[in-house]
Amino acid sequence: MMEELFRMTYPVASADYVNAGKVSTDIKRRLKQLGVGGDVLRRVAVASYEVELNLVIHSLGGELCLTVFSDAVQLVSADVGPGIPDLDMAMREGYSTANEEARSLGFGAGMGLPNMKRNADEFDIKSELGTGTTITMRFNLPS
Amino acid sequence: MIGLLEKHILIEVIFLTIEDMVRVLSARVLRGGDKLDTPVYTACCSDLMSDVLAFVDEKTVLITGLTNPHVIRTSEMLDLKCLVFVRGKVPTEDILDSAEEQGLVVITTKMTAFSACGLLYDAGLRGVPVPLAWGTEDK
Repeated sequence: MMEELFRMTYPVASADYVNAGKVSTDIKRRLKQLGVGGDVLRRVAVASYEVELNLVIHSLGGELCLTVFSDAVQLVSADVGPGIPDLDMAMREGYSTANEEARSLGFGAGMGLPNMKRNADEFDIKSELGTGTTITMRFNLPS
Repeated sequence: MIGLLEKHILIEVIFLTIEDMVRVLSARVLRGGDKLDTPVYTACCSDLMSDVLAFVDEKTVLITGLTNPHVIRTSEMLDLKCLVFVRGKVPTEDILDSAEEQGLVVITTKMTAFSACGLLYDAGLRGVPVPLAWGTEDK
């Protein structure tokens, strides 16, 4: 197991559209301070923003955990529900169950989960109805 | 319009400075007036931040009519260079301040998105390269 250099967990509130994105802004700034840059920083930032917005738009609340290892950055999003009824549909581009409020802010195009998968080097999603959804993403750091 | 423009050509790639864009769009600079000499090679136009996050892979210009804080946060995640608000839209001061904090140039034009894109294309800017389709199986 590679050495853990940094870890921080951020709570993300359901339907808090005003603050949505602030966690990702902080994550990006901290990674920059830790010397992560270029393409990896950009991919982590985009995936982090997408997953944070998903927590705000779709979940009943949850948290986003950033861990920096010597060889990778890891993002884990864990919420307390409601869970995704059909994961295959949710992973499809263009499929969205976002509400009007999210759409009026420019989101809910059904690109979030596929975009996270595209940006991460490793992507895993587990969801159980009534329990919640956990998304784990790893981004390899150049050696 | 083109006669007023100074076109810059570098290894057969045309680029404009943000100052050129201001001239083409008869725009007003809201923030970042000290960075108008920044070169710009491509642009994208959307009010859908989900699509901007999904399809934009380079430090480019975003032309939009959406003025909420998420436009600025999306720009920060993607390291965009410049925001162009169309239809005369001007975000609130606190939104502009957060754009300034991250070093974004922000301009506004009374033109519609369609006209702004048309004139910038005519002046030499091109759209960001977007893969025709990418599936969830590809990376």
